[in-house]
Amino acid sequence: MLGPPGATQSAQGRTALPVTTGNPPSATFPWERPLTSTTPPTSTSLSLPAPVPYPFNEQGDGLGLHAAYADAREGAGMVRVRLPHGEPAWLATRYEDARFVLGDLRFSRAMALENDEPRYNAARSKPSILSMDPPDHTRLRTLVSRAFTRHQVEGLRPWVRELTSGLLDEMVAAGSPADLVENFALPLPVQVICELLGVPASDRGQFRVWSDALLSTTRLTEDELKENQDQLTGYLAGYVAERRADPRDDLMSGLIEARDAKDRLSEEELVSLCVAILVAGHETTASQIPNFVWTLLEQPEEWQRLVDDPELVPGAVEELMRYIPLGAGAAFPRYAKEDVEVGGVLVRRGEAVVVSLGSANRDPARFDEPETLRFDRPANQHLGFGHGVHHCLGAQLARMELQEALRALVTKVPGLRIAGEPEWKRQMLVRAPRVLPVGW
Amino acid sequence: MGAWHIEVDENVCVGSGMCAALAPDRFVLEGPAASVVQGAADTDADEVLLDVADSCPASAVTVTDGESGEVLGPRP
Ligand code: HEM
Repeated sequence: MLGPPGATQSAQGRTALPVTTGNPPSATFPWERPLTSTTPPTSTSLSLPAPVPYPFNEQGDGLGLHAAYADAREGAGMVRVRLPHGEPAWLATRYEDARFVLGDLRFSRAMALENDEPRYNAARSKPSILSMDPPDHTRLRTLVSRAFTRHQVEGLRPWVRELTSGLLDEMVAAGSPADLVENFALPLPVQVICELLGVPASDRGQFRVWSDALLSTTRLTEDELKENQDQLTGYLAGYVAERRADPRDDLMSGLIEARDAKDRLSEEELVSLCVAILVAGHETTASQIPNFVWTLLEQPEEWQRLVDDPELVPGAVEELMRYIPLGAGAAFPRYAKEDVEVGGVLVRRGEAVVVSLGSANRDPARFDEPETLRFDRPANQHLGFGHGVHHCLGAQLARMELQEALRALVTKVPGLRIAGEPEWKRQMLVRAPRVLPVGW
Repeated sequence: MGAWHIEVDENVCVGSGMCAALAPDRFVLEGPAASVVQGAADTDADEVLLDVADSCPASAVTVTDGESGEVLGPRP
C-alpha cells in the first residue's frame, strides 16, 4: 500500500547539532542501519525514524503531487522512506536541501552500485554516466558534452521545426480526433535521437520497445529486463563497430573520435553512454509533450495566452518543466561519503538520499505561488533537469525540442482540445499519458 | 594567440562543477553558482578553457579574445 506518511511523520529526523534527549525510540529493524556507517554514533543518532512506504503517489493517477510532499516540506523536510526494493533512504523534499544534495560532492552516485540501492525495479542498475563520480565522471562528460552544447542544438533547430510541422500536418490530415502521443509526442524525440546517433530509420521501432522496457518499474521480471538490456547493448555494440569501420557525420562517429589530451572513450563506455542517451532522452521528452498539453488544456486561459503570443513559449517551457512533477517518485539515490548535515538532519556516512525534484520545484520557500503557472517567472531556476555534476546532458536539446513542439502546436492547431479520457502510464519511472486523445 | 578573458554567467549556472573540475586554478564552485577565481579572468590562451566552455551544461562560461572581444568559446 502506498499510504501517505501523515501522522507517522511526527518524529522525523535526527537533529544534527545540539542533541535533545527524549526522541521516541523507533523500531530498529536491522535494515534501518546501513552496515557501512563506521563513525561512532552519538546515542540519539541511533534512533532513525521508521521509514514510510514510497513513492507517495499512486501509479497512473495523473500529474498531481501527493499532499505528503507539502507536509514533509513544512515538517521535517528530510523524511525516511522505503522504496519497493533496496535499503531505506532519506527523501529530500525542500528546494534548498534538494539542490544541496545534488550539488555537494560529499554525496556519491557511484556508491549506489556497491550498496543495496533504494529502487523501483528488482534489477540493479548498470554502471552508466549517471553512476559515476568525479573525476571519472568529469572525463566522460567532457568528452561527450561537446556534442550537446547550445550551439550544436541550435544547429538542429530548423530540422526539428520542419519535423514538428510535418508531424502535425500528417496528424491533421488524418482527421480529428487523434492520439497526440502516438502521432506527435513519441515520433519526435525518437527521430531526433536516432538522427543524432545516426540510427537507421528501419531500427527505430525496435528502439521504442527497448527504451520502454528499460524505464519500466515492475511490469517486467528481472529476467525480461535483463534480456531487453542485453539486446539493446548488443545492438549498440554492433553499431559502434560498424561506425568505427565506416565513420559518418553523426554523434556516434563523433563519440568514437572524441578524445582529450590523455585518452578516449572505451568500447564499454561508448555503448553504455549511448544506452543512457537513448533511454534518458527518449521517454522523458516524449512524456513531457503530452504532459505540457494536458496541463495547458486544463487551464485553457494559459493555452490561449500562448496561442495569442507564441513568443512566450520559451518561458512557458521553463515554467512547465518546473510545474510538472514528471517523476513517479524520487530516483537515483546519492550516498553520503561522510556525515553531512542536510536541512537540520544528520545524514550518516553510508546512508542513501533520494531527491524529489517535483517537490523541490513546488517549494513555496523558493517559488512564489508555486501552484500557479507563470510564464514570466523571474529567475526560474527549477530543478526539472536536475542540478550539479549530473545536470541533464540533454537539457539544451530537450528545451529546443519542447519549444519547437509547443510552438508548432499553438500555431498550427490553436483550437486543440482534449477529446477523451487519457490513459496514464503505469509502472514507469516517469508519469505521462500513454494515450492522449485530442481534437481540433 | 593573445590573452583570453573568461566569464561565468551566475544567473544561468547550474552548479555542475565542470569548470572547477577541469580548471581548478581558474574556476571555483562555492555556493550555488560557479565563479572565476579572483584575478584569473584574464589569462593566457589555454585549450582547456575552451573545453570548459564547451562542456558547461548551461553554456554559462564564455571565453573571449582579450583584445578583439571575439567569442572563442563555447565553440560552435
Ligand atoms: C524533457 C526531457 C528531459 C528531462 C525532464 C530530463 C531530466 C534529467 C534529469 C532530472 C537528470 C539528472 C538525474 C539525476 O541527477 O538524478 C538528467 C540526466 C541526464 N539526461 Fe536528461 N532529461 C531530459 C532529456 C534528455 C535528453 C534529450 C537527453 C539526451 C539526448 C538526456 C540525457 C541525459 C543524460 C545522459 C543524463 C545523465 C547525465 C550525467 O550523469 O552526467 N536527457 N536528465
